[in-house]
Amino acid sequence: MDRFVLAVDQGTTSTRSIVFDRGGRMVSVRQREHRQFFPRPGWVEHDPMEIWANTQRTAAQALRDAASSAGEVVALGIANQRETTVVWDRATGRPITRAIVWQDTRTADLVTRLTARPDAGIVRERSGMDIAGYFAGPRLRWVLDAVPRARERAERGELLFGTMETWLIWNLTGGPDGGVHVTDVTNASRTSLMDCRTCAWDPELLEFFGIPAALLPEVRPSVGELGTATALGQPIPITGALGDQQAALFGQACFAPGEAKCTYGTGSFLLQNTGTELVRTRSGSISTVAYQLAGEPVHYALEGSVAVAGALVQWLRDGLGLIGTAPEIETLARTVDDNGGCYVVPAFSGLLAPHWRGEARGLVAGLTSYVTKGHLARAVLEATGWQTRDVVLAMAADSGLALPALRVDGGMTTNNLLMQFVADVLDTPVVRPMVGETVSLGAAYAAGLAVGLWADVEALRRNWHRSAQWSPVPARAAQLDAEYPTWEKAVRLSIAWGAD
Amino acid sequence: MQSLERAAAILQVVAGSGGTLGVTDIAAAVGLPKTTAHSLLRTLLGVRFVEQDRAGRYALGQGLLRLGTGHLDVNELRSRASNWTDALASRSGQAVRLATLEGERVVVVHHVFRPDDSAQVLDVGTVLPADRTALGRVLVAFAPHRTVRGVDPARADVAAVRARGWAVEDSGWEAGAAGLAAPVRGSTGLVVAALGISGPAETVLDGHRGARPRLVAMVTESAQAISRELGWHG
Repeated sequence: MDRFVLAVDQGTTSTRSIVFDRGGRMVSVRQREHRQFFPRPGWVEHDPMEIWANTQRTAAQALRDAASSAGEVVALGIANQRETTVVWDRATGRPITRAIVWQDTRTADLVTRLTARPDAGIVRERSGMDIAGYFAGPRLRWVLDAVPRARERAERGELLFGTMETWLIWNLTGGPDGGVHVTDVTNASRTSLMDCRTCAWDPELLEFFGIPAALLPEVRPSVGELGTATALGQPIPITGALGDQQAALFGQACFAPGEAKCTYGTGSFLLQNTGTELVRTRSGSISTVAYQLAGEPVHYALEGSVAVAGALVQWLRDGLGLIGTAPEIETLARTVDDNGGCYVVPAFSGLLAPHWRGEARGLVAGLTSYVTKGHLARAVLEATGWQTRDVVLAMAADSGLALPALRVDGGMTTNNLLMQFVADVLDTPVVRPMVGETVSLGAAYAAGLAVGLWADVEALRRNWHRSAQWSPVPARAAQLDAEYPTWEKAVRLSIAWGAD
Repeated sequence: MQSLERAAAILQVVAGSGGTLGVTDIAAAVGLPKTTAHSLLRTLLGVRFVEQDRAGRYALGQGLLRLGTGHLDVNELRSRASNWTDALASRSGQAVRLATLEGERVVVVHHVFRPDDSAQVLDVGTVLPADRTALGRVLVAFAPHRTVRGVDPARADVAAVRARGWAVEDSGWEAGAAGLAAPVRGSTGLVVAALGISGPAETVLDGHRGARPRLVAMVTESAQAISRELGWHG
């Protein structure tokens, strides 16, 4: 009888439950989308009860599908959309408001006020990251300020806070009836409330943000016992939890300093393992917790998030109607040999890493009558490659670590033209793994490692297999190196354009 | 031919309405008795050139919209197939390729490495010999125009491939290597690509140099799964 692991990937648009075998292969998969609420401009909300129902339902279905294969599910791991904030009543299990999603920008004014405080330096000093509306702490503060009686109820210990993994684990382990209130260290590191060296809630950060400690879950390692799920028909130990991008890093087996992955989806998320020492950043990447195995030191990572990658291809499809489906961009781009001097900076709502310029706006530069839709398609794909180079250079400056190869995943990795461009523009090999579901796989690996399904991370490394590799072409790499200042100029122009 | 002209007129009226139309309005607009219009609309419904809403009103159908985009983009094909090609490589332990006919040439459009981490080079864009590879043999056997110039049907094993629905090659392309392939069908049922695995002959073939049934099943099932993804319901 084989032993399997159930992974739940609670993402921004859907919840997926996947059963994996010991070889890291998918045995069954179920998925269910949830509603997106946009009550005001810039606000994005989810219904936590709907997400919990979808989790139960997809997990039960995936377990049932896997039951026909000769295997026993021995552990459950969770990967989740990061920084999305839930506050609920511990007695009834009902959220006091809908979940505030990581894309939500309602805390902008609050963040401006907090940043102006004379003691604001403590946030970067302790949490490792500047104050930003991107993280969960300001959202929690917003809920306490905005929902009637929330603060007094929180202080009396009637309310609980959590990011999605905390909400799901509490419900899976019994909810109001003895549910376990825990978070993992990667998710906790995205709240701005945790001391990034001790990995414990920091009393001064809590005071700075005005958060009562009674709300907070216990911080646990990412790999280790978290509780026992009793809500799925059969008791399953929950032994792994990671934020989704950290889960992808884990699923890509990036366990050594320098190893890095980039997920190319709507945006792109590049994480590089930096080992057990926290890197203080100066160049625009951010320091974050990569993972922690129970009883072992915390591993850190540098992260570079780019808001618009695949979203730019969607714009070419939906906004301009130049292509019928996203993959067709490669066909259009291959009608020409180069970008014809055209550059697209997709700063639709500012630029994230490494620039952090919210005011920047998108532009198409270098237009001449020579430029065709084929050149524009190339420029759109190249924008994702150039932005990857921006992030990689910032990380190299911060960590001093060489990048041996970039491990990639996500929908855009079937685009050979883009992947070759990334290899050339980084002058580094780009490799794609056999299992594209790296987020779910990372959650499964974390959970399976904790119960001894895999002996150690080396066993996980042996599970990782290349499905494709794009190697840099030296002449092309040199050419792109010479072209890079032109891209940098375009980025400066996009920042200047939005400046006033 | 009169009915074809009438059907075309009906489609123009429905398209020109910009929304949905009832049968009475359609009949009046093209100057036909309602029963004739109704009978033509039933035929158009059958081939999905029009569709009906709950109120029974007509709009242009998906079949008509697909007509102009009948050509399947190879990059779209790769994207839609990649989940199954990865799984096939993982389960079979062999390299996986997807190939299409470009004119008379058999071209690799997707390639997944053999999952053993040995040095391998992506060969997307490579032209394969049509009669000596399993991928080429499938594409030749199921070519919509039935013959591919310059390929000897006997050497390409056309009759046998058509009869059993998959193709095999033994050291035809590369000494010591063997391959298996099966057809991938698009939404109309036409074969749009061939899906195949290849690897050392002793792993792909059994002791009698026949295809291993387990691998044949994997390849044909994966090809069917991709066909379903592309909208084939056969």
